[in-house]
Amino acid sequence: MGEEVEAQMKRIEATKGVIGTLVVDPDGVPIRSTLDQSMTLQYAGQLRQLVILARSAVRDIDPQNDLSALRVRSKSNEIIVVTALVYIQSPSKV
Amino acid sequence: MEIVHVYSKLRSEFGRQCLFSDRPAELLLDLPPDPSLTLSFIQKNHRDQAVQACWETSEHQLNTERFETGSCGINHMEGGWPKDINPAEMEQTIRFRKKVEKDESYINSVLQLGSVMEHCIRQNNAVDIYQECFEDEEEVEEIQEPPSAKTVNVFRDPNEIKRTVTSLSWQPDGGRKLAVAYSCLEFQKSSKDMSLDSYIWDIENPNRPEMMLKPASPLVCLDYNPKDSHTLVGGSYNGQIVFWDIRKGNQPVEFSSLEHSHRDPVYKIIWLQSKTGTDAFSASTDGQVLWWDVRKLAEPTERLVLDPSREGNLDQALGAISLEFEPTMPTKFMVGTEQGLVISCNRKAKTPAEKIVCTYDSHHGPIYALQRNPFFPKNFLTVGDWTARIWSEDIKESSIMWTKYQMSYLTDACWSPVRPSVFFTVKMDGVLDVWDILFKQSDPTLSLKVCDKSLYSLSVQDNGCLVACGSQLGEATLLEICSGLSTLQKNEKSLLAAMFERESKREKILEARQREVRLKERSRSEQSREEEVGREEGEEDPKHLIARAESDFYSLVEAEVKRREKKDEVMKEKDICEEKDVKDEEQRGTSE
Repeated sequence: MGEEVEAQMKRIEATKGVIGTLVVDPDGVPIRSTLDQSMTLQYAGQLRQLVILARSAVRDIDPQNDLSALRVRSKSNEIIVVTALVYIQSPSKV
Repeated sequence: MEIVHVYSKLRSEFGRQCLFSDRPAELLLDLPPDPSLTLSFIQKNHRDQAVQACWETSEHQLNTERFETGSCGINHMEGGWPKDINPAEMEQTIRFRKKVEKDESYINSVLQLGSVMEHCIRQNNAVDIYQECFEDEEEVEEIQEPPSAKTVNVFRDPNEIKRTVTSLSWQPDGGRKLAVAYSCLEFQKSSKDMSLDSYIWDIENPNRPEMMLKPASPLVCLDYNPKDSHTLVGGSYNGQIVFWDIRKGNQPVEFSSLEHSHRDPVYKIIWLQSKTGTDAFSASTDGQVLWWDVRKLAEPTERLVLDPSREGNLDQALGAISLEFEPTMPTKFMVGTEQGLVISCNRKAKTPAEKIVCTYDSHHGPIYALQRNPFFPKNFLTVGDWTARIWSEDIKESSIMWTKYQMSYLTDACWSPVRPSVFFTVKMDGVLDVWDILFKQSDPTLSLKVCDKSLYSLSVQDNGCLVACGSQLGEATLLEICSGLSTLQKNEKSLLAAMFERESKREKILEARQREVRLKERSRSEQSREEEVGREEGEEDPKHLIARAESDFYSLVEAEVKRREKKDEVMKEKDICEEKDVKDEEQRGTSE
């Protein structure tokens, strides 16, 4: 199963126009990233807040609704954030 | 008819307790309606009156005190790691990551999310949403909206004692910064506590100046070097020229020596175009125009005395208040004087006498602003007393176009760098006028009251959109002009060229006509002189002129007084008649 994930991630990273990818766990810890350390940390920190805000906005308007994807288009590039409600259990807690 | 109810009580019953008892109602008075009274009343017109049963509300506006904000960045620290893992240790973090990646739920969610992500990315790649679809189509005619301007920012002098903003200079190449010179120009009004600093403001931040310039004496004028946006040159109140390099701090890099500087405040200083990019020239009311090389400010490189008789005599020199220099014509420049004369000079003349080419007698007072039209260098704008005038270089007798006399003194003006027919003026009543001579010549196209006190200086940014004006209280207001007044219109240049030509031709014709008339008179007087040799000269000396003026004045005043007396008499008679009429009416009234 791990290989499927790998394969998928590689596919995404190889797609045209993709500059970098980042996988973050619910605590904000970056699990996997193709960017350098400082950029990873910056994105992880900034985007977490934005996602929380966006999610609360969507759910305030319609409680049945939920955030599926968040796209931030800027002058130079676009950041796509995709989120899941199912939280990953942190191994240490298990 | 009085309605009276009488209540009587026997004396012996005083003090007795009250014994109340019921009794039936007693009709005391019955007043039936009297129809004859309706004759003295008029029925009122029906009116709709709205009534609302709700609580009263009122609207108030408040302006809070200035709130200082500052923006700063935060450094994101790594966080979120479980307690037992030290984020600094590579091994532990890698181990943690590997553990998470093996977790099933992780795998499932990433697979799910991955498909959504792929969908989004493919979407992006499929259609380019930034494509310009209507590029090739021609621009549609803009709807003429009324001209407007809005205040973007106000930069206030942070010191307690407010000084006048005497000069403004935009940073070249984009102009994110504005250099403002503060000084007190009123005679002997500057106090010891007055700060000497001038500031450079970043137009985004009105709370605090970006940089303070600390000269030895307050700066009257300031100019950014058009070639190097880090250097500035300023002229100060004591006549010294000061040179700054912002990269080296806020103390002047160099200033001119007191002996060789001007002896009066330096009212204008402008950078010149030269190979080294270090030349500037300054003008002051002591009657001199000095050229400087900023690398060596100990002595001016050249000196010109503004003596109209071309003798270089400092006592006869006229004080200079404004300077004009156009980079496209580097050898010519113009000086505006306190006496209302514009002197056009040539820098490359061999002898100092030839330096002064010609003069234009323009205003009744000092010429506070002088600028050539950036698109038509042969025409220049001068501002002084209560008018603004446009001149053509060739016609020295009078201006080709002028505004009517305004209600208050004009203190500064400049052309728009983008539109050849637009210029801005500021007045002592705090009004900024925008004139568009192709649109309307009798009045300004847009008139804005910027502040209650007088405005002293004005500067337009190179894009023609932002205008900064400075007031007597040390406020520099930044305004944004609407796009209609800051974008070049179709055919504007040709229309304006035609207008200038037409006006110059008119002036030339008038000039020619005047000359003819003068010639005729002269020839006539010469003839009459030849005929009667013994007669005295027709010229009267000043004493006779004064005597004549006095007698004229007194006779006029007497005539006016007599006229007024006559008018009063007529009025009095009328009053008496009126009083009589009123009295008659009263008598008639009472007798009825």
